[in-house]
Amino acid sequence: MTQFRMQLNCPLPELDFDVITMGHGSGGLLTNKLLDDVILNLFSDELESERHDGAQLSLEGNTAFTTDSFVVSPLFFPGGNIGDLAVNGTINDLAMCGAVPQYLSLSLIIEEGLPMTELWEVLLTIQQCCKQAGVKVVTGDTKVVERGKGDKLFINTAGIGKVHPQADIGINRVQAGDKIIVSGPLANHGMAIMSVREGLEFETEIQTDSAPLHQPVKNLLDEFGSLVHLLRDPTRGGVGTVLNEIARSAHLGINLRQADIPVDEQVAGACELLGLDPLYVANEGLFLAIVADNIYQAALEQLQASGFSRSACIGEVTSEHPRQVVLTSGIGGRRVVNMLAGEQLPRIC
Amino acid sequence: MKFLTEYRDPELAQSYLEEIRKTVTRPWTIMEVCGGQTHSIVKNGLLGLLPDEITMVHGPGCPVCVTPLHLIDKAVYLAEEKNVILCSFGDMLRVPGSERSLLKAKAKGADVRILYSPLEAVKLAQENPDREVVFFAVGFETTAPANALSVLHAQRAGLTNYSILASHVLVPPAMEAVLADDENVIQGFLAAGHVCTIMGIDAYYPIAEKYQIPIVVTGFEPVDLLQGILMTVRQLERNQHELENQYKRVVRPEGNLAAQKAIEQVFQIADREWRGIGTIPQSGYEVRPELAAFDANKKFSVNIHHAQECAACIAGQVLRGLKKPFECSQFGKACTPSTPLGAPMVSSEGACAAYFHYQEA
Repeated sequence: MTQFRMQLNCPLPELDFDVITMGHGSGGLLTNKLLDDVILNLFSDELESERHDGAQLSLEGNTAFTTDSFVVSPLFFPGGNIGDLAVNGTINDLAMCGAVPQYLSLSLIIEEGLPMTELWEVLLTIQQCCKQAGVKVVTGDTKVVERGKGDKLFINTAGIGKVHPQADIGINRVQAGDKIIVSGPLANHGMAIMSVREGLEFETEIQTDSAPLHQPVKNLLDEFGSLVHLLRDPTRGGVGTVLNEIARSAHLGINLRQADIPVDEQVAGACELLGLDPLYVANEGLFLAIVADNIYQAALEQLQASGFSRSACIGEVTSEHPRQVVLTSGIGGRRVVNMLAGEQLPRIC
Repeated sequence: MKFLTEYRDPELAQSYLEEIRKTVTRPWTIMEVCGGQTHSIVKNGLLGLLPDEITMVHGPGCPVCVTPLHLIDKAVYLAEEKNVILCSFGDMLRVPGSERSLLKAKAKGADVRILYSPLEAVKLAQENPDREVVFFAVGFETTAPANALSVLHAQRAGLTNYSILASHVLVPPAMEAVLADDENVIQGFLAAGHVCTIMGIDAYYPIAEKYQIPIVVTGFEPVDLLQGILMTVRQLERNQHELENQYKRVVRPEGNLAAQKAIEQVFQIADREWRGIGTIPQSGYEVRPELAAFDANKKFSVNIHHAQECAACIAGQVLRGLKKPFECSQFGKACTPSTPLGAPMVSSEGACAAYFHYQEA
């Protein structure tokens, strides 16, 4: 796992402990030391070095609010760690509401015995991701659980963002004829994690796609406003699951063309090997935009010109076969893409 | 992707479909033996593209589906009661035992691990000298060499805490069982390409001859399957019953001799119970008596009663090609991948799961 750790350009402060112990969650001196020397050290600007029970914010206009919890094993994987997911995941949930993220909360549930170097690296990642995305961590919490009662580190973040004034996003806006755009290739995150799971390791260069998505969303809304009908980030369950949810809630059908769905060659190969369908594998830096038929070309061009070169139109919404997602296979056959039952498990042969 | 995209080429697929349409003059029923082929057929929407005269029937080639109920119960028992590290391929985990699946046993605290290679289980045994590690060795001839190799590795490493719970079945006896059935409707076979990669094709000549039936060793990609179907239909239309090899790029007539040697060192042929079908003579592998120390069946005395199968499940008829999944009254109602009554609804190679996930639009 060590090969996925980053080069720390900001070393861990001198501490008289090298692992998290129950004392760090006691509320006493050790807790204060952890907060002062480690956490406030990184987030002092935002937290204004004053310890309150909560943050006070002034909000204007329509506001989006979301929360998400992050559990991933292993904590460090090709291309990132749980810290990337904790920031980008919540930012992306806000972005899918058409909002520009502003504030985050950060709660850590740490298992006794977590090495300080690992915690520090995750916190540094969180700091960097927030800085790049222009969001502030304004409140937080830290708890420690006994060894065996957690899986090293669980993170919860909640986020607040300002909704774009031209945004009018909702399942009720989806209509027959709308086009479905995906912002890039599928399944990179899930396969990156799979490649380092104990017992399943395989050699690959696949990396997580974890990335903030609010900027491309803002660009789309700036130019096309309410003609962007729905935005979703297909994390758990992948594109197949999210499109099924949309078809069911909107009482409309969805047609997909397999030939147009972008999947990187290495990812496709790994999926073949393990018997997994990229349509159901998790993504962490990908979004689906359902847009009006008359702007989809322009929207696609805008995305492709702004760094999303693999974005593609993969299908459309239809009034035929309501509540069903139907895929035209590479050789022209048609089949239903169903909701995934449980977790995808690697096959026998 | 090399060796994949060319076998998923839409124009090539269309030309084979056209050729099949031109060749066929009356109805034919063809069985693809392997569950991997079933999934490829349904996932690529081939059933809707083939002419109406051709009925594809799905065979028993799903190792997870035919693993007997009592062996799953045994695996669950070992994981729950004997404190072993029970290792398994992923798609075995959801298959229902008489009381619960391995996935549920895992949720209740049993140490069940998903592995992709049995050699990983040997590694686990080395890393955990104070625990017993059992690998649930399920599969056809295809997975037998790797499972055999794990025993040979463990023996060479002097491990005393590694064993396999073997449930290996063989394809040719199962094909014979299908053909010998009074209700049989199968007129041609697509034989399982990957099984033949290991074992070669010799075992199929006598079957083609005895039952006067065309057998085409076939691959798994859409173009492979269409070519295999075309070769079978050509034979049927000409009243031939030959063994042919569509999957020549992978299958050599003699098979993989090194793999066969590993199998022979560890396993011997034995009668075997197939879930839903019954006992077929000389249709499986068991661990050789001299390697009994690596045979979880012998190593752990487990006293569990042979539970009854769910009465409403028609998995046996589906596996023998007598019924289609959707002809089952429970299909998609009481029986779904999250609430399976039988194994074919959960395995990634099970016919019921294929129809549930990829039903034709």
